[in-house]
Amino acid sequence: MEKKILEILSEVKPGVDFEGRTDLIDAGVLASFDIISLVSELNDEFDVEISVVDLVPENFNSVEAMAKMIKRLEDED
Amino acid sequence: MKNVLEFIENSAKSFPNKIAFSDESNSITYTELLKMSKAVGTALVKKFNKKNKSIAVFLDKTVFALTAFFGVAYSGNFYTVIDSMMPADRISTIFDSLQPIAIITDNEHLKIAESIENCGEIILLEDTLNQQIDDKKLAEIRSNSIDTDPLYSLFTSGSTGVPKGTVVSHRNVIAYSEWVSETFDITSETVFGSQTPFYFSMSVLDVFSTIRNGATFHIIPKKYFSFPIKLLEYIRDREVNTIYWVPSALSIVANWKALDYVELPKLKKVLFAGEVMPTKQLNMWIKKRPDIFYANLYGPTETTDICTYYVVDRDFRDDETLPIGKHCNNCDVMILTEDNRLAEVGEEGELCARGSFLAMGYYNNPEKTKEVFVQNPLNTAYPEIIYKTGDLVKLNEKGEIIYISRKDYQIKHMGYRIELGEIEAAAGSIEKIKTCVCIYNENEDKIVFIYEGSKMTDNELMDKLSEKLPVYMRPNVIKRIKQIPYNQNGKIDRKLLKQTYKDI
Repeated sequence: MEKKILEILSEVKPGVDFEGRTDLIDAGVLASFDIISLVSELNDEFDVEISVVDLVPENFNSVEAMAKMIKRLEDED
Repeated sequence: MKNVLEFIENSAKSFPNKIAFSDESNSITYTELLKMSKAVGTALVKKFNKKNKSIAVFLDKTVFALTAFFGVAYSGNFYTVIDSMMPADRISTIFDSLQPIAIITDNEHLKIAESIENCGEIILLEDTLNQQIDDKKLAEIRSNSIDTDPLYSLFTSGSTGVPKGTVVSHRNVIAYSEWVSETFDITSETVFGSQTPFYFSMSVLDVFSTIRNGATFHIIPKKYFSFPIKLLEYIRDREVNTIYWVPSALSIVANWKALDYVELPKLKKVLFAGEVMPTKQLNMWIKKRPDIFYANLYGPTETTDICTYYVVDRDFRDDETLPIGKHCNNCDVMILTEDNRLAEVGEEGELCARGSFLAMGYYNNPEKTKEVFVQNPLNTAYPEIIYKTGDLVKLNEKGEIIYISRKDYQIKHMGYRIELGEIEAAAGSIEKIKTCVCIYNENEDKIVFIYEGSKMTDNELMDKLSEKLPVYMRPNVIKRIKQIPYNQNGKIDRKLLKQTYKDI
Protein backbone atom coordinates (compact mmCIF):
# COMPACT_ATOMS: atom_id res chain seq x y z
CA MET A 1 0.00 0.00 0.00
CA GLU A 2 2.83 2.39 0.87
CA LYS A 3 4.25 1.95 -2.61
CA LYS A 4 0.94 2.85 -4.24
CA ILE A 5 0.60 5.91 -2.00
CA LEU A 6 4.09 7.02 -3.00
CA GLU A 7 3.07 6.69 -6.63
CA ILE A 8 -0.01 8.83 -6.10
CA LEU A 9 2.00 11.42 -4.20
CA SER A 10 4.52 11.76 -6.99
CA GLU A 11 1.64 12.35 -9.40
CA VAL A 12 0.07 15.04 -7.22
CA LYS A 13 3.42 16.68 -6.50
CA PRO A 14 6.16 15.59 -8.87
CA GLY A 15 9.83 15.97 -8.05
CA VAL A 16 9.69 15.50 -4.28
CA ASP A 17 11.22 12.62 -2.34
CA PHE A 18 8.41 11.62 0.01
CA GLU A 19 9.99 8.50 1.48
CA GLY A 20 10.83 8.62 5.18
CA ARG A 21 9.51 12.15 5.67
CA THR A 22 7.25 12.82 8.62
CA ASP A 23 6.73 16.56 8.11
CA LEU A 24 4.95 16.73 4.78
CA ILE A 25 2.33 19.15 6.09
CA ASP A 26 4.31 20.92 8.80
CA ALA A 27 7.17 21.71 6.40
CA GLY A 28 4.75 22.84 3.71
CA VAL A 29 5.81 20.12 1.23
CA LEU A 30 2.16 19.47 0.52
CA ALA A 31 0.66 22.90 0.06
CA SER A 32 -2.78 24.03 1.01
CA PHE A 33 -4.77 22.86 -1.93
CA ASP A 34 -2.67 19.77 -2.85
CA ILE A 35 -4.34 17.85 -0.06
CA ILE A 36 -7.79 17.95 -1.54
CA SER A 37 -6.67 16.41 -4.83
CA LEU A 38 -4.63 13.86 -2.88
CA VAL A 39 -7.73 12.90 -0.91
CA SER A 40 -9.81 12.24 -4.00
CA GLU A 41 -6.97 10.17 -5.54
CA LEU A 42 -6.69 8.07 -2.38
CA ASN A 43 -10.47 7.65 -2.22
CA ASP A 44 -10.57 6.38 -5.79
CA GLU A 45 -7.53 4.13 -5.57
CA PHE A 46 -8.38 2.38 -2.30
CA ASP A 47 -12.15 2.67 -2.56
CA VAL A 48 -12.50 4.40 0.81
CA GLU A 49 -14.26 7.59 1.86
CA ILE A 50 -11.87 9.93 3.67
CA SER A 51 -14.24 12.18 5.57
CA VAL A 52 -13.69 15.68 6.85
CA VAL A 53 -13.02 14.19 10.30
CA ASP A 54 -10.04 12.24 8.91
CA LEU A 55 -8.82 15.36 7.15
CA VAL A 56 -6.27 16.45 9.79
CA PRO A 57 -2.54 17.16 9.36
CA GLU A 58 -1.54 14.16 11.53
CA ASN A 59 -2.96 11.77 8.94
CA PHE A 60 -0.98 13.32 6.10
CA ASN A 61 2.43 14.11 7.53
CA SER A 62 3.96 10.85 6.29
CA VAL A 63 3.27 7.99 3.93
CA GLU A 64 2.98 5.69 6.95
CA ALA A 65 0.32 7.89 8.55
CA MET A 66 -1.69 7.88 5.33
CA ALA A 67 -1.42 4.09 5.05
CA LYS A 68 -2.54 3.68 8.66
CA MET A 69 -5.57 5.88 8.07
CA ILE A 70 -6.55 4.01 4.90
CA LYS A 71 -6.20 0.62 6.62
CA ARG A 72 -8.44 1.83 9.41
CA LEU A 73 -11.05 3.09 6.94
CA GLU A 74 -10.91 -0.23 5.06
CA ASP A 75 -11.49 -2.15 8.28
CA GLU A 76 -14.47 0.03 9.13
CA ASP A 77 -16.19 -0.92 5.89
CA MET B 1 -4.85 62.84 10.29
CA LYS B 2 -2.29 62.45 7.52
CA ASN B 3 -0.37 59.24 8.24
CA VAL B 4 -1.55 55.70 9.02
CA LEU B 5 1.11 55.39 11.72
CA GLU B 6 -1.13 57.64 13.83
CA PHE B 7 -3.48 54.62 14.01
CA ILE B 8 -0.78 52.59 15.76
CA GLU B 9 0.27 55.47 18.00
CA ASN B 10 -3.34 56.11 19.09
CA SER B 11 -4.11 52.43 19.68
CA ALA B 12 -0.87 51.99 21.66
CA LYS B 13 -2.09 54.81 23.92
CA SER B 14 -5.63 53.43 24.34
CA PHE B 15 -4.83 49.69 24.37
CA PRO B 16 -1.15 49.36 25.30
CA ASN B 17 -1.25 45.71 26.41
CA LYS B 18 -3.81 44.40 24.00
CA ILE B 19 -2.76 41.87 21.35
CA ALA B 20 -2.60 43.62 18.00
CA PHE B 21 -1.34 40.79 15.79
CA SER B 22 -0.69 37.10 16.21
CA ASP B 23 0.47 34.21 14.08
CA GLU B 24 0.75 30.53 14.93
CA SER B 25 3.82 30.99 17.13
CA ASN B 26 3.98 34.66 18.14
CA SER B 27 1.81 37.55 19.20
CA ILE B 28 2.58 41.22 19.77
CA THR B 29 0.78 43.91 21.76
CA TYR B 30 0.19 47.43 20.51
CA THR B 31 3.09 48.71 22.65
CA GLU B 32 5.40 46.09 21.15
CA LEU B 33 4.16 46.80 17.65
CA LEU B 34 4.89 50.50 18.10
CA LYS B 35 8.39 49.90 19.49
CA MET B 36 9.40 47.33 16.91
CA SER B 37 8.10 49.42 14.01
CA LYS B 38 9.98 52.48 15.28
CA ALA B 39 13.14 50.42 15.71
CA VAL B 40 12.94 49.16 12.11
CA GLY B 41 12.17 52.72 10.96
CA THR B 42 15.15 54.19 12.82
CA ALA B 43 17.50 51.51 11.44
CA LEU B 44 16.34 52.29 7.89
CA VAL B 45 16.74 56.06 8.33
CA LYS B 46 20.26 55.62 9.68
CA LYS B 47 21.18 53.65 6.57
CA PHE B 48 19.45 55.61 3.82
CA ASN B 49 17.89 58.90 4.90
CA LYS B 50 15.77 58.87 1.73
CA LYS B 51 12.15 59.75 1.19
CA ASN B 52 9.33 58.09 -0.82
CA LYS B 53 11.61 55.35 -2.11
CA SER B 54 10.63 51.73 -2.48
CA ILE B 55 11.73 49.13 0.06
CA ALA B 56 10.76 45.53 -0.67
CA VAL B 57 9.64 43.22 2.13
CA PHE B 58 10.42 39.58 1.48
CA LEU B 59 9.10 37.64 4.48
CA ASP B 60 6.53 34.99 5.33
CA LYS B 61 3.13 36.09 6.60
CA THR B 62 4.02 36.60 10.28
CA VAL B 63 3.70 39.37 12.87
CA PHE B 64 7.26 40.37 12.02
CA ALA B 65 6.32 41.14 8.43
CA LEU B 66 3.91 43.75 9.81
CA THR B 67 6.64 45.44 11.85
CA ALA B 68 8.66 45.63 8.63
CA PHE B 69 5.78 47.34 6.77
CA PHE B 70 5.23 49.93 9.47
CA GLY B 71 8.98 50.32 9.96
CA VAL B 72 9.32 51.27 6.29
CA ALA B 73 6.50 53.79 6.77
CA TYR B 74 8.30 55.28 9.80
CA SER B 75 11.38 55.77 7.64
CA GLY B 76 9.31 57.90 5.22
CA ASN B 77 9.47 55.34 2.42
CA PHE B 78 6.94 52.90 1.00
CA TYR B 79 6.89 49.12 1.15
CA THR B 80 6.28 46.51 -1.51
CA VAL B 81 5.22 43.09 -0.33
CA ILE B 82 6.87 40.26 -2.22
CA ASP B 83 5.40 36.76 -1.97
CA SER B 84 8.01 34.67 -0.15
CA MET B 85 7.20 31.72 -2.44
CA MET B 86 7.72 33.74 -5.61
CA PRO B 87 10.47 32.50 -7.94
CA ALA B 88 13.53 34.77 -8.13
CA ASP B 89 12.97 35.37 -11.85
CA ARG B 90 9.60 37.00 -11.39
CA ILE B 91 10.88 39.05 -8.46
CA SER B 92 13.60 40.31 -10.77
CA THR B 93 10.98 41.40 -13.33
CA ILE B 94 9.13 43.31 -10.64
CA PHE B 95 12.34 44.94 -9.39
CA ASP B 96 13.16 46.14 -12.91
CA SER B 97 10.33 48.65 -12.62
CA LEU B 98 10.33 49.03 -8.84
CA GLN B 99 14.07 49.58 -8.33
CA PRO B 100 13.96 49.15 -4.56
CA ILE B 101 16.70 50.78 -2.50
CA ALA B 102 16.61 47.81 -0.14
CA ILE B 103 14.98 44.48 0.58
CA ILE B 104 14.04 43.46 4.10
CA THR B 105 14.22 39.74 4.68
CA ASP B 106 15.26 37.21 7.33
CA ASN B 107 17.85 34.44 7.57
CA GLU B 108 15.37 31.92 6.25
CA HIS B 109 14.94 33.77 2.95
CA LEU B 110 18.42 35.27 2.70
CA LYS B 111 19.68 32.83 0.07
CA ILE B 112 16.88 33.62 -2.39
CA ALA B 113 17.24 37.36 -1.73
CA GLU B 114 20.95 37.14 -2.50
CA SER B 115 20.19 35.50 -5.84
CA ILE B 116 18.17 38.53 -7.02
CA GLU B 117 20.50 40.90 -8.84
CA ASN B 118 18.59 44.16 -8.65
CA CYS B 119 17.26 43.95 -5.10
CA GLY B 120 19.16 46.88 -3.57
CA GLU B 121 20.77 46.48 -0.18
CA ILE B 122 19.78 43.39 1.81
CA ILE B 123 18.61 44.13 5.34
CA LEU B 124 17.95 41.40 7.87
CA LEU B 125 14.90 42.19 9.96
CA GLU B 126 16.54 40.48 12.94
CA ASP B 127 19.30 43.11 12.89
CA THR B 128 16.92 46.06 12.98
CA LEU B 129 14.51 45.09 15.78
CA ASN B 130 16.96 45.99 18.58
CA GLN B 131 17.93 49.35 17.12
CA GLN B 132 17.83 52.23 19.62
CA ILE B 133 14.81 54.35 18.62
CA ASP B 134 15.53 57.92 17.47
CA ASP B 135 12.21 59.63 18.21
CA LYS B 136 13.49 63.05 17.20
CA LYS B 137 14.48 61.89 13.72
CA LEU B 138 11.21 60.00 13.26
CA ALA B 139 9.23 63.11 14.26
CA GLU B 140 11.17 65.19 11.76
CA ILE B 141 10.31 62.72 8.98
CA ARG B 142 6.65 62.87 9.96
CA SER B 143 6.54 66.66 10.01
CA ASN B 144 7.78 66.70 6.40
CA SER B 145 5.31 64.08 5.16
CA ILE B 146 1.96 64.66 3.46
CA ASP B 147 -1.04 62.37 3.23
CA THR B 148 -0.64 61.74 -0.49
CA ASP B 149 2.85 60.28 0.01
CA PRO B 150 2.96 56.59 -0.94
CA LEU B 151 2.44 53.97 1.76
CA TYR B 152 2.87 50.80 -0.27
CA SER B 153 2.75 49.39 -3.76
CA LEU B 154 1.29 46.02 -4.63
CA PHE B 155 2.05 44.16 -7.82
CA THR B 156 -0.66 42.50 -9.86
CA SER B 157 -0.16 40.57 -13.04
CA GLY B 158 -0.99 42.60 -16.11
CA SER B 159 -2.74 41.16 -19.13
CA THR B 160 0.55 41.34 -21.03
CA GLY B 161 2.21 39.26 -18.33
CA VAL B 162 4.32 42.18 -17.07
CA PRO B 163 3.34 42.93 -13.46
CA LYS B 164 2.14 46.44 -12.57
CA GLY B 165 2.81 48.06 -9.21
CA THR B 166 -0.19 50.01 -7.93
CA VAL B 167 0.94 52.86 -5.66
CA VAL B 168 -1.37 53.50 -2.70
CA SER B 169 -1.05 56.55 -0.44
CA HIS B 170 -1.69 57.16 3.25
CA ARG B 171 -4.74 59.20 2.25
CA ASN B 172 -6.18 56.23 0.30
CA VAL B 173 -5.88 53.89 3.27
CA ILE B 174 -7.19 56.45 5.77
CA ALA B 175 -10.29 57.07 3.62
CA TYR B 176 -10.78 53.38 2.88
CA SER B 177 -10.39 52.18 6.48
CA GLU B 178 -12.85 54.85 7.62
CA TRP B 179 -15.50 53.40 5.32
CA VAL B 180 -14.66 49.84 6.45
CA SER B 181 -14.92 50.78 10.13
CA GLU B 182 -18.25 52.60 9.89
CA THR B 183 -19.89 50.14 7.51
CA PHE B 184 -18.97 46.92 9.26
CA ASP B 185 -18.86 48.35 12.77
CA ILE B 186 -15.21 47.48 13.36
CA THR B 187 -14.24 48.33 16.94
CA SER B 188 -11.77 47.30 19.63
CA GLU B 189 -14.05 44.27 20.12
CA THR B 190 -13.37 43.02 16.60
CA VAL B 191 -11.23 39.89 16.26
CA PHE B 192 -10.17 39.14 12.68
CA GLY B 193 -9.12 35.75 11.35
CA SER B 194 -6.98 36.65 8.34
CA GLN B 195 -6.82 34.43 5.26
CA THR B 196 -5.47 36.62 2.47
CA PRO B 197 -1.73 37.12 1.84
CA PHE B 198 -0.19 40.51 2.56
CA TYR B 199 0.76 40.96 -1.10
CA PHE B 200 -2.96 40.83 -1.98
CA SER B 201 -5.04 44.02 -1.63
CA MET B 202 -7.75 42.28 0.40
CA SER B 203 -5.42 42.18 3.42
CA VAL B 204 -5.59 45.98 3.55
CA LEU B 205 -9.12 45.75 4.96
CA ASP B 206 -8.29 43.72 8.04
CA VAL B 207 -4.76 45.05 8.70
CA PHE B 208 -5.65 48.74 8.68
CA SER B 209 -9.07 48.56 10.26
CA THR B 210 -7.38 46.56 13.04
CA ILE B 211 -4.81 49.23 13.89
CA ARG B 212 -7.32 52.02 13.34
CA ASN B 213 -9.70 50.65 15.98
CA GLY B 214 -7.43 48.80 18.37
CA ALA B 215 -8.83 45.46 17.23
CA THR B 216 -7.02 42.11 17.15
CA PHE B 217 -5.82 40.29 14.04
CA HIS B 218 -4.95 36.59 13.96
CA ILE B 219 -3.01 35.26 11.00
CA ILE B 220 -4.41 31.83 10.12
CA PRO B 221 -1.66 29.43 8.99
CA LYS B 222 -2.14 28.74 5.29
CA LYS B 223 -1.92 24.96 5.71
CA TYR B 224 -5.22 24.90 7.63
CA PHE B 225 -7.14 25.83 4.50
CA SER B 226 -6.82 22.21 3.43
CA PHE B 227 -7.96 20.92 6.82
CA PRO B 228 -11.42 22.45 7.33
CA ILE B 229 -11.95 21.18 10.87
CA LYS B 230 -8.53 22.37 12.04
CA LEU B 231 -9.26 25.67 10.35
CA LEU B 232 -12.52 26.17 12.22
CA GLU B 233 -11.00 24.99 15.51
CA TYR B 234 -8.20 27.53 15.07
CA ILE B 235 -10.58 30.47 14.62
CA ARG B 236 -12.87 29.17 17.36
CA ASP B 237 -9.98 28.91 19.83
CA ARG B 238 -8.79 32.44 19.00
CA GLU B 239 -12.37 33.72 19.40
CA VAL B 240 -12.45 35.19 15.89
CA ASN B 241 -15.69 37.10 15.25
CA THR B 242 -15.03 38.60 11.80
CA ILE B 243 -13.58 37.06 8.66
CA TYR B 244 -12.87 38.53 5.24
CA TRP B 245 -11.93 35.64 2.95
CA VAL B 246 -11.92 34.77 -0.73
CA PRO B 247 -15.03 32.76 -1.73
CA SER B 248 -12.91 29.69 -2.53
CA ALA B 249 -11.87 29.46 1.13
CA LEU B 250 -15.49 29.85 2.31
CA SER B 251 -16.57 27.22 -0.22
CA ILE B 252 -14.13 24.64 1.13
CA VAL B 253 -15.75 25.00 4.55
CA ALA B 254 -19.22 24.68 3.00
CA ASN B 255 -18.44 21.76 0.66
CA TRP B 256 -16.91 19.68 3.47
CA LYS B 257 -19.82 20.59 5.77
CA ALA B 258 -17.22 21.50 8.38
CA LEU B 259 -19.70 23.73 10.23
CA ASP B 260 -21.55 20.53 11.21
CA TYR B 261 -18.52 19.47 13.25
CA VAL B 262 -17.21 22.67 14.78
CA GLU B 263 -19.46 25.37 16.18
CA LEU B 264 -18.36 28.97 15.95
CA PRO B 265 -20.57 30.82 18.41
CA LYS B 266 -18.40 33.95 18.31
CA LEU B 267 -18.39 34.35 14.53
CA LYS B 268 -20.72 37.22 13.63
CA LYS B 269 -19.49 38.70 10.35
CA VAL B 270 -18.48 37.00 7.12
CA LEU B 271 -17.23 39.30 4.36
CA PHE B 272 -15.93 38.14 1.01
CA ALA B 273 -14.38 39.52 -2.18
CA GLY B 274 -11.78 38.73 -4.79
CA GLU B 275 -13.88 36.50 -7.08
CA VAL B 276 -17.56 35.69 -7.58
CA MET B 277 -19.10 34.03 -4.51
CA PRO B 278 -20.95 30.88 -5.65
CA THR B 279 -24.51 31.29 -4.37
CA LYS B 280 -24.94 27.59 -3.61
CA GLN B 281 -22.08 27.62 -1.10
CA LEU B 282 -23.23 30.92 0.39
CA ASN B 283 -26.68 29.39 0.89
CA MET B 284 -25.06 26.46 2.71
CA TRP B 285 -23.46 28.94 5.12
CA ILE B 286 -26.70 30.90 5.56
CA LYS B 287 -28.72 27.74 6.18
CA LYS B 288 -26.32 26.68 8.91
CA ARG B 289 -25.77 30.15 10.36
CA PRO B 290 -28.64 32.52 9.49
CA ASP B 291 -27.59 34.82 12.33
CA ILE B 292 -24.31 35.86 10.69
CA PHE B 293 -23.94 39.17 8.79
CA TYR B 294 -22.82 38.42 5.21
CA ALA B 295 -21.52 40.98 2.74
CA ASN B 296 -20.23 40.75 -0.81
CA LEU B 297 -17.47 43.27 -1.53
CA TYR B 298 -16.11 44.24 -4.90
CA GLY B 299 -13.11 46.23 -6.05
CA PRO B 300 -9.62 46.19 -7.53
CA THR B 301 -6.22 47.01 -5.97
CA GLU B 302 -6.47 50.37 -7.79
CA THR B 303 -9.33 51.50 -5.53
CA THR B 304 -7.25 50.46 -2.48
CA ASP B 305 -9.34 47.30 -2.14
CA ILE B 306 -13.04 47.89 -2.63
CA CYS B 307 -15.37 50.36 -4.31
CA THR B 308 -18.83 48.73 -4.07
CA TYR B 309 -20.49 46.34 -1.63
CA TYR B 310 -23.71 44.46 -1.02
CA VAL B 311 -25.02 43.38 2.38
CA VAL B 312 -26.93 40.13 1.86
CA ASP B 313 -30.45 41.11 2.91
CA ARG B 314 -32.69 38.71 0.99
CA ASP B 315 -32.81 35.11 -0.27
CA PHE B 316 -31.15 34.06 -3.50
CA ARG B 317 -31.73 30.87 -5.46
CA ASP B 318 -28.66 28.72 -6.06
CA ASP B 319 -28.56 29.81 -9.71
CA GLU B 320 -28.93 33.54 -9.07
CA THR B 321 -25.88 35.78 -8.77
CA LEU B 322 -25.31 38.15 -5.87
CA PRO B 323 -25.25 41.86 -6.70
CA ILE B 324 -22.08 43.81 -5.97
CA GLY B 325 -24.46 46.43 -4.65
CA LYS B 326 -23.73 50.12 -4.43
CA HIS B 327 -20.76 52.46 -4.03
CA CYS B 328 -18.94 52.77 -0.71
CA ASN B 329 -19.37 55.97 1.27
CA ASN B 330 -16.79 58.53 0.04
CA CYS B 331 -16.10 56.56 -3.14
CA ASP B 332 -18.32 57.20 -6.14
CA VAL B 333 -18.81 54.80 -9.03
CA MET B 334 -20.44 55.20 -12.42
CA ILE B 335 -21.30 52.87 -15.26
CA LEU B 336 -20.02 54.26 -18.55
CA THR B 337 -21.07 53.03 -21.97
CA GLU B 338 -18.64 52.82 -24.88
CA ASP B 339 -19.72 56.27 -26.05
CA ASN B 340 -19.02 57.70 -22.59
CA ARG B 341 -22.50 58.29 -21.24
CA LEU B 342 -24.10 56.90 -18.10
CA ALA B 343 -25.71 53.51 -18.74
CA GLU B 344 -29.48 53.17 -18.34
CA VAL B 345 -30.97 50.57 -15.99
CA GLY B 346 -30.24 47.15 -17.47
CA GLU B 347 -27.71 48.50 -19.94
CA GLU B 348 -24.16 47.16 -19.85
CA GLY B 349 -21.21 49.43 -19.25
CA GLU B 350 -17.77 49.65 -17.69
CA LEU B 351 -17.59 50.31 -13.98
CA CYS B 352 -15.52 53.42 -13.20
CA ALA B 353 -14.64 54.85 -9.80
CA ARG B 354 -13.63 58.26 -8.46
CA GLY B 355 -12.66 59.66 -5.10
CA SER B 356 -10.19 59.21 -2.28
CA PHE B 357 -9.90 55.42 -2.59
CA LEU B 358 -8.28 55.83 -6.02
CA ALA B 359 -4.63 54.80 -6.06
CA MET B 360 -1.95 57.19 -7.32
CA GLY B 361 -1.20 55.11 -10.46
CA TYR B 362 1.30 52.45 -11.51
CA TYR B 363 4.87 52.83 -10.36
CA ASN B 364 7.29 53.74 -13.15
CA ASN B 365 4.65 52.99 -15.73
CA PRO B 366 3.10 56.19 -17.17
CA GLU B 367 1.72 54.38 -20.24
CA LYS B 368 -0.36 51.87 -18.29
CA THR B 369 -1.38 54.58 -15.83
CA LYS B 370 -2.69 56.79 -18.64
CA GLU B 371 -4.77 53.96 -20.08
CA VAL B 372 -6.94 53.46 -17.01
CA PHE B 373 -6.54 56.54 -14.78
CA VAL B 374 -8.23 59.05 -17.06
CA GLN B 375 -10.04 62.39 -16.96
CA ASN B 376 -13.69 61.97 -16.02
CA PRO B 377 -15.41 62.26 -19.42
CA LEU B 378 -18.51 63.71 -17.72
CA ASN B 379 -16.51 66.58 -16.22
CA THR B 380 -14.90 69.08 -18.58
CA ALA B 381 -14.67 71.89 -16.01
CA TYR B 382 -11.56 70.92 -13.99
CA PRO B 383 -9.08 68.02 -13.75
CA GLU B 384 -10.67 65.00 -12.16
CA ILE B 385 -9.30 61.46 -12.49
CA ILE B 386 -11.44 58.35 -12.63
CA TYR B 387 -10.25 54.75 -12.68
CA LYS B 388 -11.63 52.41 -15.35
CA THR B 389 -11.91 48.96 -13.79
CA GLY B 390 -12.22 46.95 -17.02
CA ASP B 391 -15.23 45.19 -15.49
CA LEU B 392 -18.61 45.08 -17.22
CA VAL B 393 -21.62 45.69 -14.98
CA LYS B 394 -25.26 46.78 -15.16
CA LEU B 395 -27.90 48.16 -12.83
CA ASN B 396 -30.90 46.01 -11.90
CA GLU B 397 -34.39 47.40 -11.22
CA LYS B 398 -33.55 47.73 -7.52
CA GLY B 399 -30.68 50.06 -8.43
CA GLU B 400 -28.08 47.47 -7.44
CA ILE B 401 -24.97 46.94 -9.53
CA ILE B 402 -24.69 43.47 -11.05
CA TYR B 403 -21.27 42.22 -12.03
CA ILE B 404 -21.21 40.70 -15.51
CA SER B 405 -17.61 39.85 -16.32
CA ARG B 406 -14.18 41.20 -17.15
CA LYS B 407 -14.33 43.22 -20.36
CA ASP B 408 -11.91 40.74 -21.91
CA TYR B 409 -13.91 37.76 -20.58
CA GLN B 410 -16.86 38.35 -22.76
CA ILE B 411 -16.76 36.05 -25.75
CA LYS B 412 -18.49 35.96 -29.08
CA HIS B 413 -19.70 32.46 -29.90
CA MET B 414 -22.03 31.40 -32.72
CA GLY B 415 -22.68 35.09 -33.22
CA TYR B 416 -23.84 35.68 -29.66
CA ARG B 417 -22.16 37.77 -26.98
CA ILE B 418 -21.76 35.47 -24.01
CA GLU B 419 -20.53 35.95 -20.45
CA LEU B 420 -18.70 32.85 -19.32
CA GLY B 421 -19.59 33.78 -15.75
CA GLU B 422 -23.26 33.34 -16.54
CA ILE B 423 -22.68 29.74 -17.61
CA GLU B 424 -20.70 29.12 -14.43
CA ALA B 425 -23.46 30.57 -12.26
CA ALA B 426 -26.11 28.40 -13.89
CA ALA B 427 -24.04 25.21 -13.80
CA GLY B 428 -22.78 25.83 -10.27
CA SER B 429 -26.29 25.32 -8.93
CA ILE B 430 -26.41 21.70 -10.18
CA GLU B 431 -26.26 19.43 -7.17
CA LYS B 432 -23.41 17.17 -8.23
CA ILE B 433 -21.12 20.08 -9.12
CA LYS B 434 -18.84 21.42 -6.41
CA THR B 435 -16.91 23.99 -8.41
CA CYS B 436 -16.83 24.80 -12.10
CA VAL B 437 -14.99 27.01 -14.55
CA CYS B 438 -15.73 27.93 -18.16
CA ILE B 439 -13.00 28.81 -20.60
CA TYR B 440 -13.13 29.67 -24.26
CA ASN B 441 -11.07 28.13 -27.01
CA GLU B 442 -10.83 30.99 -29.49
CA ASN B 443 -9.17 28.96 -32.25
CA GLU B 444 -11.97 26.47 -32.54
CA ASP B 445 -14.79 28.62 -31.18
CA LYS B 446 -15.57 26.16 -28.40
CA ILE B 447 -16.81 26.66 -24.85
CA VAL B 448 -14.88 24.34 -22.54
CA PHE B 449 -16.59 23.48 -19.26
CA ILE B 450 -14.42 22.13 -16.42
CA TYR B 451 -15.88 20.91 -13.16
CA GLU B 452 -15.08 19.24 -9.88
CA GLY B 453 -17.79 17.11 -8.31
CA SER B 454 -19.50 13.73 -8.35
CA LYS B 455 -19.23 11.57 -11.43
CA MET B 456 -21.99 11.86 -14.01
CA THR B 457 -22.20 11.19 -17.71
CA ASP B 458 -21.81 14.10 -20.09
CA ASN B 459 -25.36 13.47 -21.26
CA GLU B 460 -26.72 13.76 -17.73
CA LEU B 461 -24.87 17.05 -17.31
CA MET B 462 -26.01 18.39 -20.67
CA ASP B 463 -29.62 17.50 -19.81
CA LYS B 464 -29.40 19.54 -16.65
CA LEU B 465 -27.67 22.44 -18.39
CA SER B 466 -30.30 22.53 -21.11
CA GLU B 467 -32.90 23.30 -18.43
CA LYS B 468 -30.93 26.40 -17.53
CA LEU B 469 -29.13 27.67 -20.62
CA PRO B 470 -30.06 28.52 -24.21
CA VAL B 471 -28.49 26.33 -26.88
CA TYR B 472 -25.77 28.78 -27.82
CA MET B 473 -24.51 28.98 -24.23
CA ARG B 474 -24.15 25.24 -23.72
CA PRO B 475 -20.57 23.98 -23.53
CA ASN B 476 -18.99 22.13 -26.44
CA VAL B 477 -16.42 20.26 -24.38
CA ILE B 478 -16.92 18.88 -20.86
CA LYS B 479 -14.07 17.91 -18.62
CA ARG B 480 -14.34 16.58 -15.08
CA ILE B 481 -11.20 17.02 -12.99
CA LYS B 482 -10.43 15.89 -9.44
CA GLN B 483 -9.42 19.27 -8.16
CA ILE B 484 -9.92 22.77 -9.47
CA PRO B 485 -6.53 24.46 -9.01
CA TYR B 486 -6.11 27.56 -6.86
CA ASN B 487 -3.50 30.31 -7.11
CA GLN B 488 -1.39 31.80 -4.30
CA ASN B 489 -4.22 34.12 -3.25
CA GLY B 490 -6.57 31.19 -2.79
CA LYS B 491 -8.63 32.10 -5.85
CA ILE B 492 -9.45 29.72 -8.70
CA ASP B 493 -6.43 29.62 -11.02
CA ARG B 494 -8.15 30.47 -14.30
CA LYS B 495 -4.92 31.24 -16.09
CA LEU B 496 -3.59 27.74 -15.44
CA LEU B 497 -6.87 26.12 -16.48
CA LYS B 498 -6.93 28.11 -19.67
CA GLN B 499 -3.35 27.10 -20.49
CA THR B 500 -4.07 23.45 -19.77
CA TYR B 501 -7.43 23.02 -21.45
CA LYS B 502 -7.70 25.64 -24.13
CA ASP B 503 -6.82 23.18 -26.88
CA ILE B 504 -9.01 20.21 -26.02
